[in-house]
Amino acid sequence: MSSRDDILASIRANLPRADRPLPHVPLFDDDPPASLMSAFKDSLHRMGGMFLDPPASGDILAPVRAKIADAKIVCSTVPEIAGNRDVVTVGMPRDLADVDFAIVRASFAVAETGSVLLSDADLHVNGVAYLAQHLIVLLDPADIVVNLHHAYRRPEFRDRHYASFHTGPSATADIEGVLIHGAQGVRSLSVLPIARAVGNPTH
Amino acid sequence: MRIGLFVPCYIDAFFPKVGVATLELLERFGHEVDYPRDQTCCGQPMANSGFNAECADTEALFVRNFSGFDYVVSPSGSCVHHVRDNFDAIEQTDDVKEVRSRTFELVEFLHDILKVDAFPWAKFPHRVGLHNSCGTLRRLKHARPSELHEPFFSKPVDLLSKVDGIEFVRPARPDECCGFGGTFSVFEEVVSTKMGYDKVRDHAQAGAEYIVSADSSCLMHQRGCAERIGVPMKFIHIAEILNGASA
Amino acid sequence: MTMTPERTDSAMLHSELRVECDPDAIIRDGHRLDHAEGTSKPLRPAPEPQPRGAKVRGNRPIDQQEAAARFIAATEHEKMHDERLWDLRQKRDREMHGIPEWEELRSLASAIKEHTLTHLDEYLDQFEANARSNGIHVHWARDAAEHNKIVHGILRDHRATSLIKSKSMLTEECGFRHYMASVGIEVIETDLGERIQQLDNEDPSHVVVPAVHKLRTDVAEVFSHTIGTDPGNTDVHYLAEAQREATRPLILNADAGMTGANFVVAETGTFVVCTNEGNADLSANVPKLHIASIGIEKIVPRLEHLAVFVRLLSRSALGSPMTQYTSHFRGPRTGGEMHVVLVDNGRSERLGLEEFWTSLKCIRCGACMNTCPVYRRSGGLSYGATYSGPIGLIIDPTFNARKYSNLPFASSLNGSCTNVCPVKINIHEQIYAWRRVLVKQHEVPLAKKAAMKAAGVLLSRPAAYRAAIASADTALAHLPRFVIYNGLNAWGKHREVPHSPEQTFHSWYHANRGAKR
Repeated sequence: MSSRDDILASIRANLPRADRPLPHVPLFDDDPPASLMSAFKDSLHRMGGMFLDPPASGDILAPVRAKIADAKIVCSTVPEIAGNRDVVTVGMPRDLADVDFAIVRASFAVAETGSVLLSDADLHVNGVAYLAQHLIVLLDPADIVVNLHHAYRRPEFRDRHYASFHTGPSATADIEGVLIHGAQGVRSLSVLPIARAVGNPTH
Repeated sequence: MRIGLFVPCYIDAFFPKVGVATLELLERFGHEVDYPRDQTCCGQPMANSGFNAECADTEALFVRNFSGFDYVVSPSGSCVHHVRDNFDAIEQTDDVKEVRSRTFELVEFLHDILKVDAFPWAKFPHRVGLHNSCGTLRRLKHARPSELHEPFFSKPVDLLSKVDGIEFVRPARPDECCGFGGTFSVFEEVVSTKMGYDKVRDHAQAGAEYIVSADSSCLMHQRGCAERIGVPMKFIHIAEILNGASA
Repeated sequence: MTMTPERTDSAMLHSELRVECDPDAIIRDGHRLDHAEGTSKPLRPAPEPQPRGAKVRGNRPIDQQEAAARFIAATEHEKMHDERLWDLRQKRDREMHGIPEWEELRSLASAIKEHTLTHLDEYLDQFEANARSNGIHVHWARDAAEHNKIVHGILRDHRATSLIKSKSMLTEECGFRHYMASVGIEVIETDLGERIQQLDNEDPSHVVVPAVHKLRTDVAEVFSHTIGTDPGNTDVHYLAEAQREATRPLILNADAGMTGANFVVAETGTFVVCTNEGNADLSANVPKLHIASIGIEKIVPRLEHLAVFVRLLSRSALGSPMTQYTSHFRGPRTGGEMHVVLVDNGRSERLGLEEFWTSLKCIRCGACMNTCPVYRRSGGLSYGATYSGPIGLIIDPTFNARKYSNLPFASSLNGSCTNVCPVKINIHEQIYAWRRVLVKQHEVPLAKKAAMKAAGVLLSRPAAYRAAIASADTALAHLPRFVIYNGLNAWGKHREVPHSPEQTFHSWYHANRGAKR
């Protein structure tokens, strides 16, 4: 008998003879916030992320350009702004180790937690979101869902091989409870609200 | 109603005043209270350490003593919890089940059964820290524990609020265990006493002159700790305050 | 008569306070000034040494109390540990109050897990089928040894000699690092707390914050010996940054990466890994090869159930709404390879224990440890087991009843753990049940057994009992003795004994109410 067979046999022999039906899980969305964007922004701030307010008029990407102005290596995976390291031609993830800023677009975001969802389709090379020193995320305001119950109904979890909620930057408080940003991953995460360009479909 | 008074072993030996206060208090409300002479213990010290078989004779004796009463009332939450919720070393006859279901701790008896709404003879103009023992809090549900998201309620506060002059302080950790834990207090005495020191310091820092509880076992442990580390604190059982004890 | 030579200026009672270099000194004309209450020699208090964990001697029962006493004696460590974990408990409470449906979520989480466990074989089957169709290699390990062998085999096939990994209690359970060291594969922990512990050759003390028992001075000492930091610099940002820079090249050059998993979804063949540092995502996405070690009890049926657990996990563990990274792995990336090792190691047997199978619901949040007043004052290492605190008390005896026979007694049975458990495991009731089991299996000291038997006899005989406590003095001598087996000393070691009243209640009643009967 294989280990698999042994284990399954052992489980079957030990299954508790108790009737435990699977419960129905509600969506818990009876009392949504007035503005999903406002709620998302508050949650994002709580979790150490930054929100880039776009200017009232002019170049909507100005806050991003200001942030990356002094950066040496910028890797952009989005058509809205160009970098100087092309993610598509990257051979190995470690070739992105010197990236200062990575710019990506989130598939969607969650107001309850301030999270953005980045999938392998958004990132092209998954490692870019962890090896860059700083992460900038473009988010279409129409892509915000109210809570995690709604989030898990999204297709990314059925279609993609990799889908990760990022909630603020890399953090730890493992030493005496002192909060550190940039423990291993990005030192900062900033979100710019900007609609997807027309003709640029979601993945 | 005929009430059987159960005075646990440690109250019998170390805190007889609590037994007296309980008796007098119940009599103030016009009830006939009997004290079966052959009572000893509920069996908890053995059961608490996993020695369930060794409780059997003691549990049987308890049932023999307390059969036939409308209510069995005791000023000890841990004992009442043991009788109602564990007490399974003996065969569960109808008699056993009757006695078990009719056994109540004093605060819940006054609050839920007698529904007392006044203690006109009681006056206690002092700052008190209320200590809800873990047994009364989480097992007998005297009050809402801080871990749960439920509406707040507290039977001891409801009763004590009716006492003239009493003032409650707010310790930093209102329902952290004080470290008595039955046999834990001697088998794991280093951690037990550290928990006791922290508990009395917390109440002292909050400004309490008295720590009041429905459980003398906790009070006994806390007093021992307070005296050892020199924290000035007085300890009193809720029965004594409700029965009109002065400072 | 001879006299010892006059004491020179360099003689000290507490020589450990002396420091060689003195950056605070005021130097004038090449001399260090010491007027106006300056010391003549520079003194600095030495940091309190870190208390070490329980002494493990083969299969002998762990003496948790002894290790707890040493932890309590290290007053700076104990205070910090207690206050920090209590703060996490309070943060958890604040999160709870912000979610009106909190108790409903707990009930749902419990029900989902209990349903899944009672159909565990079906869901594992479903997960495997879906994972395989996504391109994941699925392996099954009956026990720790087989897990280690399987992982070793995968690494050998890829000629991998270095492995970066994120935190996994399962790998701790399997003694994975020790095994890998024995076969010459370098393992690098990437979680900061785990890395500190690895460099210090010490086990993690808490399931979520592995180095919570250490002060920054302890970390500074460990890092100065291992990654070359300045031993005098205890700034936490400095230490964390040093670790980041030291570990990064190891991550970039590792041959393989390993993670655990917090949850597994049967319907989609997904496993989910939650971290705050992003180190699991680095371990999984930098090297080509990703191995995930997963306990068979981690499974949930569908994606919609994940929402319940993800909403409860970080709030319960750290009082934070979500971990910084919650990553869903459903298949390998292009050009990469993904392996899952499903591990039993006693879980299927535990499923058959009527009183204890629900302990398999555990999602390893650590909330029970944070609230436990015993754990906070003892430190996780005092339990001498992979799993410490309340959850440890109820699952460790299934790994080794003899070695962990004392653990279920290291509890005051206060019940706070049960109330904070997001999956509603009745922890304190299982602790109580284990005591009965261990007594029945004779895993308790003979002296204690004898004392309890004697107590049972005395308390069931009214006349004998009355005689024993006839006076308060005899009561003092007799009553405590039947609950302790090493004399009155145990009560009185660190607290005062109870005062003896003039008479027992029984005597009072006889004197004042005796006529009534």
